[in-house]
Amino acid sequence: MNNLKTKIVLGALVSLTALSFPADAHRAWLKPSATVLSGDAPFITVDAAISNTLFHADHHAMSLNGVEVTAPNGTSLELLNSSSGKYRSVFDLELTQQGTYRIASASAGLRAFWRDEEGNRKMWPGRGQQANESEFATAVPQNADELRVMRSSRRIESFATVGAPTYEVLEPTGHGLELAFHTHPNDLYATETATFQFFIDGEPAAGVEVEVVRGGMRYRNSQEEITLVSNAEGMVEVTWPEAGMYFMEASYQDDQAAAPATIRSGGYAGTFEVLPL
Amino acid sequence: MKYVNKFVWLAVLFAGSSSAAELALNVEIPRLNVAEYHKPYVGIWIENSRRQATQVAVWYDVEMANQEGEEWLKDMRQWWRRGGRALELPVDGLSGATRGPGVHQLQTELTDAIKNLPEGEYTLRIEAAREVGGRELLSLTFSLPLETNEFPIQARGNSELGLATLNLSE
Repeated sequence: MNNLKTKIVLGALVSLTALSFPADAHRAWLKPSATVLSGDAPFITVDAAISNTLFHADHHAMSLNGVEVTAPNGTSLELLNSSSGKYRSVFDLELTQQGTYRIASASAGLRAFWRDEEGNRKMWPGRGQQANESEFATAVPQNADELRVMRSSRRIESFATVGAPTYEVLEPTGHGLELAFHTHPNDLYATETATFQFFIDGEPAAGVEVEVVRGGMRYRNSQEEITLVSNAEGMVEVTWPEAGMYFMEASYQDDQAAAPATIRSGGYAGTFEVLPL
Repeated sequence: MKYVNKFVWLAVLFAGSSSAAELALNVEIPRLNVAEYHKPYVGIWIENSRRQATQVAVWYDVEMANQEGEEWLKDMRQWWRRGGRALELPVDGLSGATRGPGVHQLQTELTDAIKNLPEGEYTLRIEAAREVGGRELLSLTFSLPLETNEFPIQARGNSELGLATLNLSE
């Protein structure tokens, strides 16, 4: 019953999503130059881009507004030498603390899609704008055709560790679609199996659709993607076929949204480095 | 078969206590004909059957200013994962300078490393990583208490390491 409902909602949304989130049709990624480091205060450089061919920047630079880097002790780390070019943004990080750093861009908000009297597709807030919920009632015609109101969240992240892995920055925030790492994201090795758990707004997320793709796509003929679905506890297990930089993209949708929304959706994109044994 | 092993262990236990044989490792760093040669970083440790590590030695650029030599320790990927990353380097009795081509012997470090280990199956691992070069990992399995008839135990590398021999010295 619930499944059926989800499917119908999903079906109705496919066309809308494709039209309304042009950026979402592509993969947005944050790629650190290294994820396992030694030494006192190593630097890494991080690429931020939107492109389907992983990890070749060939489409759009990703905005660095909203990119937050959290140091092992929970403080925020400054982005150094930030720059945005045609195809990618880039910044450096000086990792002066030992432990695990989180590099993330997370956003969430209310969105509405409908057709006006002439049948034109409408959306609120406008492309690239953040919703101000107090404007919802006046900005969105409540009786419009095909009105869909959703609360959507989106997280793009990666991790880097100096010295031994630590766990403080891995704690889920309780907002949006997130991962809990039963296997540390900077302790991944070819042929081994990692266990991750999806959460939506702090609750285990079942039925999350997950796609895992290795970088270097330009040099092979097929995507070689691994597709997974999270179980009732939100768990997925990924066995990394070989070493490389991997992109994991996941999406979730249900009808458990707080009013005025009727649809809750979450997107997740993580970049994980897998080392050879 | 299991029973036989138990008897052997029992025998060695008595033999070991009287002869005081010590474990010694000879490891060869090969001479390489390359345009740009840097001495390899080498990590040596012992793993129990649950892959828990006891550190034996790590050879790296200890002399570099500002401990910059530590920047490449992670290139010994398995050593790094099996405890290297949790060490506060340099560690007395563990850290040493890089060594050039030749056969290098370790005895005191090994004796210290195994003296508090319970009986069981162990793997001695030797990992070498070289700047502008490759990485190689050798594994030598042995058991504690030491069984005289197990030795020598050998493994030979193909690139960054030559012959590694575990032996008992009287």
